[in-house]
Amino acid sequence: MNGRTKLAGRAVYLVDGARTPFIKARTEPGPFRASDLAVWAGQALLARQPFGPAALDEVILGCIAPTADEVNIGRVAALRLDCGDRVPAWTVQRNCASGMQALDSAAQSIAGGRAELVLAGGTEAMSHAPVLWDTPAVAWLGRVSSARSPLERAKAIAGFRPGYMKPVIGLLRGLTDPVVGLSMGQTAEILAARFGLTRAMLDAYAVTSHERLAAAQAAGRLGEIVPIIDARGRVHDHDDGVRPDSSVEKLAKLKPVFDREFGLVTAGNSAQITDGAAWLLLASEEALAKHGLTPLARLVDVEWAGLDPRQMGLGPVHAIAPLLARRALSLEDVEYLEINEAFAAQVLACLAAAADPHYCRGALGLEQALGTIDAARLNVDGGAIALGHPVGASGARIVLHLAHVLAARGARRGIAAICIGGGQGGAMLLERE
Amino acid sequence: MKSELEAPTSTVSGEPIALPGARHWQALRDADGIVWLGLDRADESANSLCAEVLEEFGAALETIAARAPRGLVIHSRKPQGFLVGADIREFEHFADPAAAEREILRVHALFARLETLPFPTVARLHGPCLGGGLELALCCRHRVALEDAETTLGLPEILLGLHPGAGGTVRAIERLGVAAAMDLMLTGRQLDARRAQRLGLVDRVVPARHLDRAARALIMNAPAVRRPPWWNGIAATSVARPLVARLLRAQVAKRARPEHYPAPYALIELWERHGGDRAAMLRAEAASIARLFFTPTSRQLQRLFFLQERLKTFGKTAEMQDAPRVHVIGAGTMGGDIAAWCALRGCRVTLADREAKFVAPAIARAHEAFRRRLRDPYARAAAIDRLVVDLAGDGLERADIVVEAIVEDLAAKRALFAHVNAAARPEALLATNTSSIPLAAIAEELPVPARLVGVHFFNPVDRMQLVEIVTTPQTDPDAATRAAGFVRRIGRLPLPVASAPGFLVNRILAPYLQEAMQLHEEGVPLAAVDRAALAFGMPMGPLELADVVGLDVCLAVGKVLAGASGATVPAVLGRQVAAGRLGRKSGAGFYRYRSGKKLAPREAGDGGLPAADVIDRLVLRLVNEAVACLHERVVADADLLDVGMVFGTGFAPFRGGPIAYARERGSDAARARLVELAGRYGARFEPHPGFESCFS
Repeated sequence: MNGRTKLAGRAVYLVDGARTPFIKARTEPGPFRASDLAVWAGQALLARQPFGPAALDEVILGCIAPTADEVNIGRVAALRLDCGDRVPAWTVQRNCASGMQALDSAAQSIAGGRAELVLAGGTEAMSHAPVLWDTPAVAWLGRVSSARSPLERAKAIAGFRPGYMKPVIGLLRGLTDPVVGLSMGQTAEILAARFGLTRAMLDAYAVTSHERLAAAQAAGRLGEIVPIIDARGRVHDHDDGVRPDSSVEKLAKLKPVFDREFGLVTAGNSAQITDGAAWLLLASEEALAKHGLTPLARLVDVEWAGLDPRQMGLGPVHAIAPLLARRALSLEDVEYLEINEAFAAQVLACLAAAADPHYCRGALGLEQALGTIDAARLNVDGGAIALGHPVGASGARIVLHLAHVLAARGARRGIAAICIGGGQGGAMLLERE
Repeated sequence: MKSELEAPTSTVSGEPIALPGARHWQALRDADGIVWLGLDRADESANSLCAEVLEEFGAALETIAARAPRGLVIHSRKPQGFLVGADIREFEHFADPAAAEREILRVHALFARLETLPFPTVARLHGPCLGGGLELALCCRHRVALEDAETTLGLPEILLGLHPGAGGTVRAIERLGVAAAMDLMLTGRQLDARRAQRLGLVDRVVPARHLDRAARALIMNAPAVRRPPWWNGIAATSVARPLVARLLRAQVAKRARPEHYPAPYALIELWERHGGDRAAMLRAEAASIARLFFTPTSRQLQRLFFLQERLKTFGKTAEMQDAPRVHVIGAGTMGGDIAAWCALRGCRVTLADREAKFVAPAIARAHEAFRRRLRDPYARAAAIDRLVVDLAGDGLERADIVVEAIVEDLAAKRALFAHVNAAARPEALLATNTSSIPLAAIAEELPVPARLVGVHFFNPVDRMQLVEIVTTPQTDPDAATRAAGFVRRIGRLPLPVASAPGFLVNRILAPYLQEAMQLHEEGVPLAAVDRAALAFGMPMGPLELADVVGLDVCLAVGKVLAGASGATVPAVLGRQVAAGRLGRKSGAGFYRYRSGKKLAPREAGDGGLPAADVIDRLVLRLVNEAVACLHERVVADADLLDVGMVFGTGFAPFRGGPIAYARERGSDAARARLVELAGRYGARFEPHPGFESCFS
């Protein structure tokens, strides 16, 4: 198998990157809008470059749900970052992989010779997700406002139904698959059942995620974070969803949230709802030489895969398999892996599927199992269960963090992969000299 | 920020109308038969009303009236703005009140002619439309104004110790009603176009691309002239006027005393006596303003106005076209507020400090300040984006100007500037905001000591207009000029001073504050000390001021000065600081504070000292120190010293500054009084040896 997508052309390098801390959503909209987060992280990243922001060839930003007043949030961020009028900018959307799509789009621009220096990343302020009106309610409002006579208007008003008052939570709607009608959590429940996962396994995985993030914070392994300050002067300088004291016992007390009666997936073993942004600076060989930049890693290849939306959580395996095949690599050749933790069930299902010869033959067309994904080399500094999943930003964050992991540990090769609501998977292969 | 896309000036074309001999005005008649009369005062950057401009205007009106046009639009041909008011340089030519009144009545006749033209008239406004400019516009039937941030309307005569004198008192009240008009005239505040429209001062507010169309529309289909709300009719009756006048006087009395500032009271009286009789009020307005011209208050305020203009000329040769990139090191009160102010004024700023928690309070204050000062949410967001937190110090390498505002510690500053000097661009301007360390000491170890300039801001940065530009004889004069150019670019007033201990403002202020502490030590109640200063005309009493400045800062400055001159710092200051009573910021100093508000002290009596002694001890020590500064050439001349003290400390503006005050009082008398005080209270009152030469 050779996969459906690949990165072809000139070499593409990751030069540098920065992100905001991921800020857990509380009961009200957070202190930063999506563009504010992108601006804070971008300002710090650009300030330390030897070139000015206007030297960028383009800016690409992933975001699932920009607010109505900044729909092309990529351009908003570029202008606010002082890139000037002449740097074009755009926004990409591939659901949970929007940030990774921005990196891929930037890489394609550079590989194809269209651009030399691109700023790409993702941002999401999930706490600012809109509250909407139902379609029947909107139709009713339309009838009232277009009524021509008082009588007509009175009739239209009389058509009101109490159900119109019920707000539609945009965030929940966005996390429900519009084709198969399952919430993302329910797709994780399907995987848990299919691969025989238990509640204890899910909760244990979640605890590990918190422990690893806490250890990384304590050891100062998250230099990618830029402290940010809100309008009230509060400093946000770390991923505040972390629970270093998390335990299987504590997590066992939580009730399932998606399949409420018999399910296994709880808020504790799922990714947190957070706000955050991450940027990477991508460059061609020429740009490295021109500006005297030292690359962090080379972005070698990219794969996007599609699969049944009802088991979208296996997307990483579906993307990793053809990527390895094309590069004639095995899992053993990949020293570190980042798989975005949408759900503990989904990550564990990926591990199980990769090791299952039956699944790999049937679904991936392999002759044998893909292999063992070593948990010790997967998400070594924790993942979205501990630090959250600001959907548009996560794809960029895992690539950024993987590059730092490879550099810090003197490793040569790593893959970052992500599952995508709607039934897709994305994977990126990084290498260091 | 001015838009390059939309020029504010008129683009209407038509057949020119000859205005014989006119240097400043141009007229043309468009296809609709509307005459567009444009002012572009020759040889000046801004339009103002001088005798020649007015004379030509009168002639132009007759020429235009003779052609019976469809209507008349008066506009400015300068992009900078409509009209900043009367050219006050001409006020000096008036020989006496009677001569002034004659001149004013001629303007009245001219404006009355404009007001009674038998066809529709429109003033097309952009940029500043102030004082006489607004009075002229008020004579037109309608006004249309540009909706940008630079368009401001106001009657600021009160700030010069005057009130409107070209019929503005009458026409503003007719147009706005007494409450709004009096507020405008008594405060001198300037309105943006939207607020002006809400009050009824202008009829339409439009973007530049529609100014010509809107002016034409107001002529072609003239709407009814707007009238103020009905209750203004009641307020203007002879029964109501005295009551309203009493309310107005009570309002004014909170800010200005009649013996210090007669103009607001003259304005209220003008309306109270003549508010029911238009012609009488116009005549009385002319007489009143002619009198006010010659009051010492107005003379001093006019002088300060010119001195302010003089300060603006420093750094003019280094005027910056583009906003500079500013890198501020140290995010404390001063550094943080300097950074926020620069960002507010359009600079891109990096604010460096070691940790986010040190920068956080500055960011919160900046958000607050931008909310207060920028009404437009887009402008506010842009200002926030211009202020970049820089924990790694990355902004240093790209900065045009580096401002150091770290702790007052010589070793720390030297180490910092060694690093700054190595990392910053060679052409970057290096500035320190030190208030107490001699510039030469910091510069000494730099490879090029001439590079460093002192740029000394005052607290609170967003309210204190003055910035001292501190130099030593070694300082590169070009660097000093560029520092002044930077200060101008951010809308502040640069005052060149020599690097003597305390520089100018703090040095002169220190003995005044210390004498206040001394008086309090001797048993004069806090309130009695501060009351004496308020009666003198200071905006705030010295003990309250010390609390606001911070007693730790007062002590540090006091020690530096004591070290230099051998004077002593009052013991009470050291005791207060040792006890953690640092002033308003710590909740207690000389006064106590609850959530930033001063609590009334529990004391009574006056301490048994004559009030004259209290105020003379305070003010004459200040004057004596001012003389010392002049003698030592800390500042170039007495005028600059005066304007520095007024804009740097709020020294009673109507007195014109410490040297002007001593002159007014009589320098011999002041000197004799110092000798007398020295005999009674100690050698610190000995007149400075430079006293005589200073006033000769």
